[in-house]
Amino acid sequence: MNRTYSPVTQVVAIGVGAALFFVLGRFAAIPTPIPNTSLNIQYAILAVFAVLYGPLVGALAGFIGHLLIDVTGYGIWISWELASGVFGLVVGVLLLKHAITDGEFGKATGLRVNLAILLANAVAWLLIAPLGDVLIHSEPASKVWAQGTLAFIANSVTACVLGTIILSVYARTRTRTGSLSHDQ
Amino acid sequence: MSSPLLGYIDRDGPLHTLSGVSKLVLSLGVVLGAMIGFDVRYLAAVSAGSILLWAVSRVRLRDLAVVLWLIAIFMVLNNIGIFLFAPGYGTDLFGTRHLLLEGPWRWDVTAEQLFYQLAVTLKYVAVLPAVLLFVATTRPPEFASSLARVGVPYRIAYAVSLALRYIPDVQREFRTISQAQQARGMDTSRAVRLPTRLRNLTSVLMPLLLGTFDRIESVSAAMELRGFGRAKGRTWSVQTPVRAADVFVIVVSIALVATPIALLVVNGGRFWNPFL
Repeated sequence: MNRTYSPVTQVVAIGVGAALFFVLGRFAAIPTPIPNTSLNIQYAILAVFAVLYGPLVGALAGFIGHLLIDVTGYGIWISWELASGVFGLVVGVLLLKHAITDGEFGKATGLRVNLAILLANAVAWLLIAPLGDVLIHSEPASKVWAQGTLAFIANSVTACVLGTIILSVYARTRTRTGSLSHDQ
Repeated sequence: MSSPLLGYIDRDGPLHTLSGVSKLVLSLGVVLGAMIGFDVRYLAAVSAGSILLWAVSRVRLRDLAVVLWLIAIFMVLNNIGIFLFAPGYGTDLFGTRHLLLEGPWRWDVTAEQLFYQLAVTLKYVAVLPAVLLFVATTRPPEFASSLARVGVPYRIAYAVSLALRYIPDVQREFRTISQAQQARGMDTSRAVRLPTRLRNLTSVLMPLLLGTFDRIESVSAAMELRGFGRAKGRTWSVQTPVRAADVFVIVVSIALVATPIALLVVNGGRFWNPFL
């Protein structure tokens, strides 16, 4: 079923989603065995927001959140901020219709969510981010594609695992449609 | 993590009295200009301007020390990365090769490579002071009104100000939940194995997310009840008028974007080539 949200809810979801993205990206990075690489759990959250509130919210929450992270840390790096937005957009577009908010999260939905996250990650980190780096920042191609591939693998694994867990738990908190029956 | 890394610094400087609009336009101008231009002369001029701006702003280096260190580390890592992956990129760009230092295998240091990496580094120096100064000298409520006044739809401008408003709240909630779960023995640090870490993290994320969804619902209901989004425009509580100094800053910003575009034509490309 396709749930449409009022524009006001979307505005609020963009704002709060960006705040959540910022806090998780800035302060909650989990260290991994590989040095200088941390798991970016904020992309799992962004995927969840894109699934529940639609592509527009996913795109803008990702873009604004990433922009805020970069402004307070690494400096503006527009191609990667755009890539975050594109990630939210693609996940949202691929999952416009679903029944997760009605408490349905079966194998088919899980597969669709995972495929959407994989595809969105591929578009964002293997296409938009490196291409932007080459076109906008004129960085050497071999370096940006290596960075992009690393980001693609790390973000795909975390977003798929965490995104699936979160959505399946979320679905269980919702009341199923038709779960009530008329007592004779 | 309770103290903000970067935020408004209340002080009586010349930049503080400027309107948010002109400062936003200036930051956008510098970001766009440095994005288009790769001419080292232009980047050096903008960098000098940015540093000069910092000097007159009365914002101290100490105020933003943490951010500046982070940026410096990132900049150094990026430069090392470029050299490791593409030590011959400068030669590809400029078409000549002046060997300075013989290195192992393909890692020879050439003047072209150093010149290219100088341009990359100058981009940081050009852009960052201006952007950081904008954030440090503009009150957060003025962000939204400035964005709306440069043409961003007010709903999106309002989303940005909502994000800034809710960052401290989300941060506090995250910490509370995380500490509560740690008290129950759910460790998310290096001490436990990665799968356990992920599972424990989910037990922090779930309450945080469900709380966030509730918050979104109540905030949007409150805004809807007050009629948000019904009219085409809206008024802003904080809005400084545009004065002569602001007009000057806006003109400078336009020049900052126009110069690299003109240089594209003059140089016949994005780079200025001193090696020919």
